[in-house]
Amino acid sequence: MARVVVEVMPKPEILDPQGKAISGGLTRLGFTGFGEVRQGKRFELEVEGEATEEVLAQAREAAEKLLSNPVIENVVAVRVAEDAS
Amino acid sequence: MTAVAENPTTAEAGTGSGISVGVVTFPGTLDDRDAARAVRLAGAEPVNLWHADSTLSGVDAVILPGGFSYGDYLRCGAIAGFAPIMEAVVAAAGAGMPVLGICNGFQILCESHLLPGALIRNDHQHFICRDQDLLVENADTVWTGDYEQGRTIRIPLKNGEGGYVATDEVLDELESTNRVVFRYQGPNPNGSLRDIAGITNEAGNVVGLMPHPEHAVEAGFGPEAGGGVDGQGVFSSAVRALVAR
Repeated sequence: MARVVVEVMPKPEILDPQGKAISGGLTRLGFTGFGEVRQGKRFELEVEGEATEEVLAQAREAAEKLLSNPVIENVVAVRVAEDAS
Repeated sequence: MTAVAENPTTAEAGTGSGISVGVVTFPGTLDDRDAARAVRLAGAEPVNLWHADSTLSGVDAVILPGGFSYGDYLRCGAIAGFAPIMEAVVAAAGAGMPVLGICNGFQILCESHLLPGALIRNDHQHFICRDQDLLVENADTVWTGDYEQGRTIRIPLKNGEGGYVATDEVLDELESTNRVVFRYQGPNPNGSLRDIAGITNEAGNVVGLMPHPEHAVEAGFGPEAGGGVDGQGVFSSAVRALVAR
């Protein structure tokens, strides 16, 4: 069973309050080597059968239509998962 | 504002306008009962609509109330934006039916592209619940006709993801075409760009706002300032506009 991975990130110009909160948590725990944190989303779409180019095209469309909101987010990756689990 | 609102008991008994307003309940909606009550107090008949319905049951207007539809999964309003009933709502809005989105309803209107922009998590990362002053900037929409342009009203605000964002071009267009309906007064409560609390579409029949007018329609229950009934105008405006049609 193949899987398609879709990754969505908040646009760079959009404030990411979740990332800000995580950044504060890192500092409190003593992880001082990191600056800004941004939090995105990773979706794993199970594919019935082969992950063909057609399936990928469908995944890209789904990523734009439902999985992301183009006003505030970018789809940064749509790819076939390499690990077979 | 309306005669009936001064006497809620009478208003509850009679809905003489002949106008019916649908209130949509999604899984996770919270404020549908309050919205329905506000509709009744404004002299119209509230009609309960369900997210899985495919028709609007002949109502004259639709309200998408507040809450956490579908648990706010994916993004606030994202799943609700594609609920079966939204196809009918989008079509009716396009044909001029008055549509109001409050809080989560505003988020749904943005996700279904009836209104531009999006709502993101409050910039200060906290849920906020307080009485909020708003400037009525556009008293020409179906939902604000009973207000005096430039008046300040006070109604409750309660949200975790109320930060209104859009591109500079969209914000400029909203302002230059007078489509900012409500603007926050005083300190910005959630990081909304240009203090925007509510907007309308080009035709003025679709309005979305984060604060809750339906929680300020009865004396003794809303904010103390303004007698607690500053939200009445939203509902009475639509009823009056629909009666006049």
